[in-house]
Amino acid sequence: MFESKSGILFIAGVAFFAIAFLSNAVVPALMYRDLPEQTVEELINGNLRYQFEDLARRYPDSFNEAFGEPPGGEAEHDAWWNDKCAEALRVGHRIYTGEGCWHCHSQFVRPVSNEEERWGPVSATWEYQNELQRPVLFGTRRVGPDLSREGGRRSNDWHAVHFFDPETLSTDSPMPAYPWLFDGSPDRPNKRGLALITYVQWLGSWLESYPYYEDDEPTSLRDLELPVE
Amino acid sequence: MSDDSTAKPRHEDLVDQRLVCWYFAAALTFLFISMLGGMLMALQLVRHNPFAGIEIFSPGRWRMIHTNAVAYGFLANGFLGCLHWAVPRLTLRPVLDRRLSVLIFIAWQAVVLATAGGLAFGQAQALEWGETPTWIDPVAQVGLLLVAINFMAPISKMSGPLYVTLWYFLAAFIWTFLTYAMGNFVPEYFVAGTSAGAVGGLFIHDLVGLFVTPLGWGLMYYFVPILLKKPIWSHGLSLVGFWGLAFFYPLQGIHHFLYTPIPMFLQYGAVISTIAVELVVTTVVINFFGTIWGSGSAVKHNLPIRWFYTGMVFYFLTCFQCALQVTMTFQALIHFTDWVVGHAHLVMFGVFSMWILGIMTYLFPLLIGRDWYSRKLCEWHFWLSAVGIFVMAGDLILGGLFQGWSWAALQPWDASVEVSFPFWFVRVFAGLAMFGGLLVFLYNIWMTWRGEEELAVDSATVPAPAS
Repeated sequence: MFESKSGILFIAGVAFFAIAFLSNAVVPALMYRDLPEQTVEELINGNLRYQFEDLARRYPDSFNEAFGEPPGGEAEHDAWWNDKCAEALRVGHRIYTGEGCWHCHSQFVRPVSNEEERWGPVSATWEYQNELQRPVLFGTRRVGPDLSREGGRRSNDWHAVHFFDPETLSTDSPMPAYPWLFDGSPDRPNKRGLALITYVQWLGSWLESYPYYEDDEPTSLRDLELPVE
Repeated sequence: MSDDSTAKPRHEDLVDQRLVCWYFAAALTFLFISMLGGMLMALQLVRHNPFAGIEIFSPGRWRMIHTNAVAYGFLANGFLGCLHWAVPRLTLRPVLDRRLSVLIFIAWQAVVLATAGGLAFGQAQALEWGETPTWIDPVAQVGLLLVAINFMAPISKMSGPLYVTLWYFLAAFIWTFLTYAMGNFVPEYFVAGTSAGAVGGLFIHDLVGLFVTPLGWGLMYYFVPILLKKPIWSHGLSLVGFWGLAFFYPLQGIHHFLYTPIPMFLQYGAVISTIAVELVVTTVVINFFGTIWGSGSAVKHNLPIRWFYTGMVFYFLTCFQCALQVTMTFQALIHFTDWVVGHAHLVMFGVFSMWILGIMTYLFPLLIGRDWYSRKLCEWHFWLSAVGIFVMAGDLILGGLFQGWSWAALQPWDASVEVSFPFWFVRVFAGLAMFGGLLVFLYNIWMTWRGEEELAVDSATVPAPAS
């Protein structure tokens, strides 16, 4: 059996592989089958909409070129923004994957190594049950910071300038420049650039602690400069 | 020709030498491309990217070309070349169909080139080591099926117990096919989120453990006894090694995602089975060192043996490292750091690439029919590669510790980048050494190819070691 063709084919080749697949892949899939997988449309929230509309205000020409002009009526208006926002998320996700962003930026906060202090709440399963985590973007390396709580921490302008040339904002950054997400200058992001900024602003926008700032402590009177007696 | 030749098939009828040569040429071409990609990423990290701002030379994309070209371009082509030599000679039967072999060769190069092209144009799939654009996945899947059929045909005609090498090969054909299917389709089309992460972990790990590792060890069980002219030390240990690997290796994938939301009991299971496989690995390494016991001087004058055993020492080191780093204590510190990158290079280059390069060092003179143009250049190739990978792995592993400590200490992010720069600089030079080794090898092959001196090849018997 241990040296025969059938033993190797069926026991080692098929059975052992199947045991591993059942125990390591099917088990978690069954455990989480009650957590519905959200579509991109369902992922849009107020925080994200704010950032997306902010992009339209800051870069009107680029935005109109990429997504068109919003229609007039109130009801249509809202549906249009949600629609375009979903589109931007999908495109942004494609750029994020295609450029390999996820190879230098993780998307999960661990309960160890003081990560809660630095990034915010530890990651939970429900955060990943959505269309944009197909396949999941946990990541395995952090050359740059974790991005799972990045949304809202920095302005759209910051991201535009940073994608155009990271060193402008962060000296000695080893991150590459992405000028092809722009039409020549940081104030002219093209569709891909707008979409990628939308995607990054979405990360963590679903949390109560949004936006999460490092060392963000509630102000107390002691910290204020009071007149010395 | 004596009467023997009718009873025993001739080498020419078994092995398509041209095809082996093609595979090796393709493998080295992709290794060259992959190393260029690696250099580009390394230069980006030290902020000296010569192509900054050019879209199709984006280091993020070339980082994926780097890993994919190694897995599917270098290792897969290298292994296929070796298999076309080893399987027919071991089974004394040719592969199923020579035309099918040629078709597979062409199709596989198309798959790898399309992958590289797709990645360069930003179409990656978000699956580490399976970034192959989704539209290529089905073609690659069919290719793997054809490979399995082509090689399993001669093996299936064997009767009685099989030799160790064939255990590994048979299992590898099944596992590679299943692994590729699982990794590329399940997390893309069937499950999302955390469960997809579990599958992604299995995929990364099984690609190493169920595709690269069994083919590599199978080839070692084939070439080492031939070159040392003595049998494997212990058949019992061979059995333990194979069955231990077969059972424990597939269970470990989740150790790539420890401390994620994947259920903790699964994480612990992956950790335990990883430590278990390190014990199994030790038996395999002991078996090979038992084999060379008494012929140790072979590593001095027999170059392929030196490549093989250097790879085995690295294998032991990297597995020992794995048994430590897989524990939750180590993970807290070293996960996400360059420690893991160092580990990955030590496995992929220090072990499996070294074995393939050793086999090439042995086979090229036989394939071309001429002795090596320069033995000295072969030595240079070995030393540049061995020292290069040793320095690179050591450097990145050490650098990873500093990164991990810097993060845990809640220093500003820039501090962890700053502390990395010296290590990243050393890595560039280690990479240059390995790249230099490859250039020396390519030059040596070229000059051997053009050389005049004919080597008498006795086709009916197993040829003597190249050096």
